[in-house]
Amino acid sequence: MGRWLYVCRRVVGALLTIIAATILDFFLFRAAPGGISNLAFVPGGSPQLKEALRHEFGLDQPVLSQLLHYLQALLHGNFGISYSNRQPVGPQVAEAFMHTLPMVGLGLLIAVLLAFTTGIAAVWFRGGAVDHLSRGAALVLFGIPAQWLAMMFIFAFRDSLPSGGMHDPFLIAPSFLEEAQDLLRHMILPSLTFGLTTYATFMLILRTSLIEALSEDYIVTAQAKGLPVRTVLLRHGLRNALLPVATVLGLAIGTAAAGAIIIEAAFSWPGLGDAMAKAVSQHDYPMLSGTFIVITASVVLVNLAVDLVYGWLDPRVRL
Amino acid sequence: MSAIAARARATLRLANRRRATTIGILILSVFAFLAVFGPLIAPYGAHEQVGRPFEPPSSAHPFGLDGGGVDVLSLVILGARVSLLVGIVATAVSIVIGAGVGIVAGYFGGLVDGVLMRITDFFLVVPVLPLMVVVAAVWGPSLFHVMIVIGALLWTPVARVVRAQALAVRERGFVRRARAMGASSGRIMWVHVLPQLRGLILTNTVLMIAQAIMAEAALAFLGLESAQVVSWGTQISHAFSSASMSAGAWWAIVPAGLCIAIVVLACNLVVIDSGEARARRRPLHLSRRRPRVTAQPKALEEQVS
Repeated sequence: MGRWLYVCRRVVGALLTIIAATILDFFLFRAAPGGISNLAFVPGGSPQLKEALRHEFGLDQPVLSQLLHYLQALLHGNFGISYSNRQPVGPQVAEAFMHTLPMVGLGLLIAVLLAFTTGIAAVWFRGGAVDHLSRGAALVLFGIPAQWLAMMFIFAFRDSLPSGGMHDPFLIAPSFLEEAQDLLRHMILPSLTFGLTTYATFMLILRTSLIEALSEDYIVTAQAKGLPVRTVLLRHGLRNALLPVATVLGLAIGTAAAGAIIIEAAFSWPGLGDAMAKAVSQHDYPMLSGTFIVITASVVLVNLAVDLVYGWLDPRVRL
Repeated sequence: MSAIAARARATLRLANRRRATTIGILILSVFAFLAVFGPLIAPYGAHEQVGRPFEPPSSAHPFGLDGGGVDVLSLVILGARVSLLVGIVATAVSIVIGAGVGIVAGYFGGLVDGVLMRITDFFLVVPVLPLMVVVAAVWGPSLFHVMIVIGALLWTPVARVVRAQALAVRERGFVRRARAMGASSGRIMWVHVLPQLRGLILTNTVLMIAQAIMAEAALAFLGLESAQVVSWGTQISHAFSSASMSAGAWWAIVPAGLCIAIVVLACNLVVIDSGEARARRRPLHLSRRRPRVTAQPKALEEQVS
């Protein structure tokens, strides 16, 4: 019973957050200086054209009915029409989302693998060279702007790897294997940038939480039983350290998803972030708002998933 | 005289014990000096073309020239001012909002606390950078907007930390006594609660400056800052849009990013000791043969939490 109540509370909370974000998004655009119709401007456009545009995008109706209309449309998956290419925003955002997923997925994999290997090694040899080195690396990576790291990679691999895009346009009738290889070649630098910039947070959190777990009484018990160091560290320490790590990872993924905007813009990877960056430069507000809602919703849902897994792993939090 | 000497010795001892903090403060002081006196130190102007585009480093231009033929060394020195200014102003904004929300929520509790904390939770979960991008895009590109937007969206961690402490301070004897003597809520918060939170707020300030500088660079990269502004962020953005990478002009890219990395690292160094000191109190005897048998009694606040 308690479990289902916990699940329900979390799901409702996440849904409310998403709804609040969409409403906030709606009012942000209405709060634009000079009103939202100013955003749909055509330089040098006649008043008649402006009026027609206002009518076309439904901006001449009362705000409240606009809001209801907007929420209703969102429920039907209708994100409006892009200002810049006059195509529905929904399918474009969906396509961009499908492009972001593999890049961020590979990046997260890189980050988690690196964080776990170096994090555990750092605690194992606490105070030693590995510890100082990996913490130093994490602290430095923490402060490196993602776009700068991306540019350094583009510079370093400018002769061997593609600097942007997702496919080689000159590939003629590729086989499946060739196409996958081409995709991977394009993906490796953005994913590596994403992985390295995310790695720092993950590693520092894992290390702290592992050290915290190792100060518990059951570690002393395990050692007193004469268990080997490896068993104590991995079985008793790491398992318990993973719980706090899981929550913070959820939040860190949110920050990381935001970081993907910059990385995608730098590598012109045609994902959500690139769509957002393009929407900014083209003043394409429906597109901007669509990408914002999708990024926010996915971050909230990832957090929800982490929360639910956490509740399943640690029954104490369901109380 | 001896009093001053003793004082200096004590300071040195403290500096030695807190080496990371000292190094961090020294680095930050150098950059603060550049930010204040930059225009007097920089050999050339920020918009002054002094040679061919992408001229490699030479004795006349130790960091080379960028895509517009501007001296990179001068740009880096002049950029410190805006980057640090954004960091400080945005941090001030977020500390004021965060500390205000945290103290009010923690001190009053109840419904006020519930509402304020729901709002904080909301902003904690919603990814900050996309939100900043949306707000800055709607408002139009400008340095002032960037500072306000960053500050207005980074306050959540401060609010949470301050609230937790305010809750704890609220029940302490001196606050109760002040209340019994008829002090108003505003006075209690300002005179009795706020000073107790000074260290906590200070730690957050330093980390927030680092975050704000990174956020400024990100927004500049997305074209949300006026291109005329001379900051490390716009410098990276210019280096990107002028295709320095394919031109092989690493000198136009490296310095600005390195400055950001060094300042962020320095901010982290300043506060790292407080975290490490806490971790060191609880000894870890993983590699020792003989674990200590006597269990250390935990501090009271840790048992409670």
